[in-house]
Amino acid sequence: MSEDYKSTGIIRKEDIEIPDDERLKKGPVVLIECVENIPCDPCVATCPKDAISMEEITDVPNIDFEDCIGCALCVTECPGLAIFVIDCSYSEEKCKITVPYEYLPVPEEGDEVFALDRKGEKVQKASVTKVRKSGKTYGITIEVDKDKVWEVRGLEVIG
Amino acid sequence: MKKRRIFEHPIIDFDRGEEFYFDFEGEKVKAYEGETISSALYAHGLRKFTDSKELERPRGFFCAIGKCSSCLMSVDGRPNVRTCVTPAEEGIEVKRHGPKAKFPEIDIGRGKDRVEKKIEIAVIGGGPAGLMASIVAARNGADVHLFDEGDDLGGQLVKQTHQFFGSHEEDAGTRGIDIGRDLVEEAREVGVEIHTESKVLGYYPEKKVAIEANGRLEIYDSEGIVYAAGAVEDYLSFENNDLPGVYGAGGVQTLMNEEGIVPGEKVLMVGSGNVGVIVSYQLLQADVEVVEIIEALPEIGAYQVHASKVRRAGVPISTSHTIKKAIGDEQVEGAVVQKIDENWNPIEGTEREIECDVICLAVGLSPDVGFLRQADCEMDYVPGLGGFVPLRTEEMMTTNRGIYVAGDAAGIEEATVAALEGKIAGAAVYEEVKGETEDTKKSKEEAQQGLKQMRKGPYGEAPRQGVKTCTVDEEVCG
Repeated sequence: MSEDYKSTGIIRKEDIEIPDDERLKKGPVVLIECVENIPCDPCVATCPKDAISMEEITDVPNIDFEDCIGCALCVTECPGLAIFVIDCSYSEEKCKITVPYEYLPVPEEGDEVFALDRKGEKVQKASVTKVRKSGKTYGITIEVDKDKVWEVRGLEVIG
Repeated sequence: MKKRRIFEHPIIDFDRGEEFYFDFEGEKVKAYEGETISSALYAHGLRKFTDSKELERPRGFFCAIGKCSSCLMSVDGRPNVRTCVTPAEEGIEVKRHGPKAKFPEIDIGRGKDRVEKKIEIAVIGGGPAGLMASIVAARNGADVHLFDEGDDLGGQLVKQTHQFFGSHEEDAGTRGIDIGRDLVEEAREVGVEIHTESKVLGYYPEKKVAIEANGRLEIYDSEGIVYAAGAVEDYLSFENNDLPGVYGAGGVQTLMNEEGIVPGEKVLMVGSGNVGVIVSYQLLQADVEVVEIIEALPEIGAYQVHASKVRRAGVPISTSHTIKKAIGDEQVEGAVVQKIDENWNPIEGTEREIECDVICLAVGLSPDVGFLRQADCEMDYVPGLGGFVPLRTEEMMTTNRGIYVAGDAAGIEEATVAALEGKIAGAAVYEEVKGETEDTKKSKEEAQQGLKQMRKGPYGEAPRQGVKTCTVDEEVCG
């Protein structure tokens, strides 16, 4: 049996649309880990730059990485909690990643947390650089090692 | 033992009312205003609610929405009270009466004060479908009575703490709890007459609905009915599947998200469809450990985004797995799971013991259609809609003219679809009883469009085909 997301629940880098290196260098940008034709479109309505589009509600989000400004508003609006924003533009060693978060306790800026991968396994310790709330969902930005940005998709408060 | 009541939650604010006590078999039990009797007892630590009728095996909490009969107890001498839909009150005396309740010695008001009343439209079930149908019919000026056996309206919406999928225009991105609250408010504003704690007993021709409420029989003689009573959770057969601790996923949601009480400490989830995976996520949010999710099929049933979300929280999902038995005497202490092959046969030697105190079944739902059968509505078995469903026109009329159906009772889909079907049924029943208006026409058109959208894509395939096979022309309706 193939080890794809249908049997594991885990998305691989090759399953999703990713911005090219040029775009990554320019600043923060969205990653949408939503690969099925489900009837859902709040991300389209949320984007202030119209960088996410769909013809049918069951389309997967079509992203224009050039129009995306990495504002991360969609991170907290996606009902599937499937949207992340990464910023690999400011350092040779570090990247920032914004993840959706709906658990307690909520970390604060400056806190150290565990960065988790798509299986919930601890990847490294990371510091929280930004905490934003929309409704009841938080968008939490953490800073991780550059080579870990394709692995880290969650966080766990230490202690 | 961890605290059973939830006081801090990332999504839900539990506004508990006044604290008070009632009597349970001589013990003082704490409850908060608004809690049901069974919830307060569960929080108190009680697991065995009654005994089975023949073998007298322990029976506990299961569905929490008044459908399964596992929680029948005696309250102030009145036997067979569904304690999961009955609010606790200060000073009441609650007792278990075992498998067979005796006829009560107290006066329970049998046959007294019978009420018979003429009304225009009766709506049965206060979930998204029933609320929406009521709103549309009432805002056009009909006299609408909405009946629900629970003490709160909103149906299963009130326990959906996640943001909804679907189109932005149809409330996607909003949490079910908030959608439910808004619908209830709107129903009140447009003058729907709301009857809570009103249990529908049966149908009598022509369009009479018999209700048990206020301790008496009430008969509502209507001109049109919308039936939106929802669904019943499916069960799974395995050794010891009746032990207290084996709960329906919907029951767990009610206990946890409505009543603010955790079901236990370690949960094994059986079923990886959207319900199983979403309830797993909600358990994690309530700080309950989900040990594992098992799935009999070789693939995960839920939307990938939901599955990814619980995987990120470290919950394993084991496909091609089944539950062999529950371990425990009086309540669940563990489970044995096992791999199955492509022909669904268990593979010897793959048994594995899992430590858990709750086994949560999320293995599907079946439409609750008893009332419609009784009303002689023609049924068809439609697997894509979850089982037996009534034949219906595009306007949701059953083969018994003037009786409409909407929501899960018409076929298992989800809340947005239920609301859209309710909108159609509410407009159509109004037209049948009082005639067409601009608003009824528009409501039907909009909702039909919405339904088409919702049923697009690969996940919409089963209901799309299912609806096709049970949709009939109006000439078929009597």
